[in-house]
Amino acid sequence: MSAEAAIFYVFAAITVFSGAVVVLARSLIYSAFALLFTFFGVAGLYVLLGADFLAATQLLIYVGGILVLLLFGVMLTHKLYDLDLRSEVTQFLPGIIVAAGLFAILSATALRTRWAVGPGRPPAVTTAEIGRLFMGQYLLPFEAASVLLLVALMGAAMIVRRRRDA
Amino acid sequence: MIGISHYLVVSSALFSLGILGILTRRNAVNVLMGVELVLNSANVNLVAFSRFGSGNLQGQLFAVFVIVIAAAEVAVALAIVLTLYRLRRTPNLDEADILRG
Repeated sequence: MSAEAAIFYVFAAITVFSGAVVVLARSLIYSAFALLFTFFGVAGLYVLLGADFLAATQLLIYVGGILVLLLFGVMLTHKLYDLDLRSEVTQFLPGIIVAAGLFAILSATALRTRWAVGPGRPPAVTTAEIGRLFMGQYLLPFEAASVLLLVALMGAAMIVRRRRDA
Repeated sequence: MIGISHYLVVSSALFSLGILGILTRRNAVNVLMGVELVLNSANVNLVAFSRFGSGNLQGQLFAVFVIVIAAAEVAVALAIVLTLYRLRRTPNLDEADILRG
């Protein structure tokens, strides 16, 4: 087994196992911290796929932003003395049937299809090229994404503020 | 040799776990964690096809856009969850039945 395969299996195991903990853990705090390891595992897979900029972005935005935001959500939607932070599970059996069926179908498709594998892109530095594409060919989606972020920011602030008049 | 199907199987496992979380959890924040798992699995697919496909960077650019959308989504969704909590004193989704006739 080559080194690349060993590293791949380690990161894949981290990702899938901690993803299972996210879904199956009894406590919300356990889920949130398992989500941290899932994001780390996915960042490792990105590095293995030669996407260095994306791996750094994943760590900065997911771990630094989204996970902290989710932890705020956990803390703000429970009473402070409520220490166990239970998260109940409902309709577990139908859910696990649907999820197992989805996994069987998707992985069978992934394994049986002869993917049109091209020349591929050997791992190389990508940041400069991504920046050039964003500022050139993909300028309009880039600007639309920035407007979307601004709208989401203002919308979240508007939704969550306390109304004086109502 | 690690090929594209290895990555696709990992991402489909992550996707199914996310769907399981969305379907079986009552707590809204936990459902949002499931949505994040699903978005991450889509990103793994995009980057894997960018690596093994025709060799350009478009998959990685799409993955960046997915991350942007995920950030916007989780901000707005948490605002809604906080408003729901203020209104009903519960983070559970099945108790959010204000609009039921």
